[in-house]
Amino acid sequence: MVALDAGYPLGDRDAQARVAMIALSVALVLTAGLSLSHGASGVSLGSVIQSLATGEQMAARDRLILWEIRLPRMLTGVLVGASLAVAGAVMQGLFRNPLADPGLVGVGAGAGLGAVVAIVLGGLAPVWVTQAVGYHLVPVAAFLGGWVSTLLLYRVATRSGRTSVATMLLAGIALGALAGAATGVLVYIADDRQLRDLTFWGLGSLGGASWPKLLAAGPVMALALVAAPFLARGLNGLALGEAAAHHIGLPVQRVKAVAILTVAAATGAAVAVSGGIGFIGIVVPHLLRLATGPDHRFLLINAGLAGAVLLLLADLITRSIIAPAELPIGIVTATLGAPVFLWILLRRRGMVDL
Amino acid sequence: MRRARFMTVGGVHAGLTALILVLAVSTARAEEGPRRVIAAGGSAAEIVFALEQGDRLIARDTTSSFPEAVLALPDIGYVRRLSPENLIAMEPDLILAEHDAGPPETIELLTRAEVPLVTLPEAQTPADVLAKIRVTAESLGVRQAGEDLAARTQADLDRAAAAAAALPSHPRVMFVLSMQGGRIMAAGTDTSAAAMIALAGGVNAVDGISGYKLLTDEAIIAAAPDVILAMDRGGDLALEVADLVAHPALALTPAGEAAQVVRMDGLYLLGFGPRTGEAALELNTALQAVIAAGRG
Repeated sequence: MVALDAGYPLGDRDAQARVAMIALSVALVLTAGLSLSHGASGVSLGSVIQSLATGEQMAARDRLILWEIRLPRMLTGVLVGASLAVAGAVMQGLFRNPLADPGLVGVGAGAGLGAVVAIVLGGLAPVWVTQAVGYHLVPVAAFLGGWVSTLLLYRVATRSGRTSVATMLLAGIALGALAGAATGVLVYIADDRQLRDLTFWGLGSLGGASWPKLLAAGPVMALALVAAPFLARGLNGLALGEAAAHHIGLPVQRVKAVAILTVAAATGAAVAVSGGIGFIGIVVPHLLRLATGPDHRFLLINAGLAGAVLLLLADLITRSIIAPAELPIGIVTATLGAPVFLWILLRRRGMVDL
Repeated sequence: MRRARFMTVGGVHAGLTALILVLAVSTARAEEGPRRVIAAGGSAAEIVFALEQGDRLIARDTTSSFPEAVLALPDIGYVRRLSPENLIAMEPDLILAEHDAGPPETIELLTRAEVPLVTLPEAQTPADVLAKIRVTAESLGVRQAGEDLAARTQADLDRAAAAAAALPSHPRVMFVLSMQGGRIMAAGTDTSAAAMIALAGGVNAVDGISGYKLLTDEAIIAAAPDVILAMDRGGDLALEVADLVAHPALALTPAGEAAQVVRMDGLYLLGFGPRTGEAALELNTALQAVIAAGRG
């Protein structure tokens, strides 16, 4: 961060953003603790600390609930929430469009198609595939689908070493329609059970979080999250327009390439482990822009922190509101987030003249 | 968790709970077996109740809707989206799971948490229904009750088969799952509706396609059903006879012209539980009436 600060004077908003960063970090630690200690069974963080302090063995079942259910779920929630929010912030910066979200680079449509293929045609997969991925066929297919469609779009939009974001946007719409049609064919041949699986997949959930999934998808998301802040200077420059950014000496093409790949990795992995969780990628960056300004040096990090906090809170609600059942998390993020977002837009209409 | 809290809140609660438990145990029956059972799947709950062991259930999934008493139990959600911690927290000593209960991560965690879990066989034929009843009874420790119920179910199925064979003709039956904006979704081959129509001695009018599909008007006319079969439970899928026979394409079929519509409860008709034979007989009787009216 310090290196990227060079040449930018610190203003009021920077101070605000730093305060926000500290506040969000504290909030993340708190919500992570809450996520670990809250659940249907009586296991609490207190009892863990006690057992660690006294050297007493926890009951096998309590240990399982904590280490095999809540911990991977909490870590998955942090990474997925952060990935979605950061990917959204990067996309809005790259496309200089407040409506941009990771769906624009084709990740959503591709991952959705991958998931549908796995759910509907999974039974036809060759034996070696089933042996290799076990019951993780859906996440693997979703990740591959997301990546393939992003790389395809990138190739389509890149001509003689220059990527046109406008072409990418339009080609993305075309590819999305194509993926939608293919999905439609599969939906048509799907049986009732598969249709229900598809619907739930589209609403997202952290319910299936497990160590194997986290170990497979976590590093991809973590890598993207670490890489994203280095895009801050480039995205700030791009806000002036591509030509101006080029003239002030920014490696525009490299920024674009890294941004697109980062988004594809972060979103692809997030969607693969948790299904479709909408809303976070759009709203979290906007809320932060309204609160602390559009400077990507802070925005990217704060978006990651806020996205993680928001998703953990939403997950706490999904777990408890209709216990012993669980609500899909996409319902919670949209139901709580959208009205808040609208309210803020209405209150500060002057500030966001889109 | 709830039980644990009672213990700590006060001795009075604990004492009362214990007393009620003791009373329930001593009056109910002498058999051994699990006492805190979760039914994950509509037919699981139905069989447990048919075995008269309904008081052992502590929770059910969303697809469990028969008998009505099951609706009073806590809902653990959709059977393929179960939450491991919430299930473990209920401290079940048996989970009766339909063959497709999931997700696999949850099933794996339940196994590792040593929650006893019995997966019931998939049922699409009468023989499977009997197997399902026996597995359920075995896991509840009421083998004899299971044999009795299996025998009763078998007797129902036999009577249905005899009645089906005795039909003078085999009417063409179209099962209409829903009407969405005037479009008919009907049951093709490989559906439980098709299996049920066959059990009752009818012929599935829609045979060119597999699964539940939207039909074009021409396909409906070509299918030429003598009888329309639909569900009569409340909610979106309840179809009114008048709406069905007023459908422009259905109205041109023999069934539409004579307003021959049979409506039955969805889980009863398609659930392939212990009432399968009974449902087949009821449908058979309805088909007999159609034939008697000269419409078969």
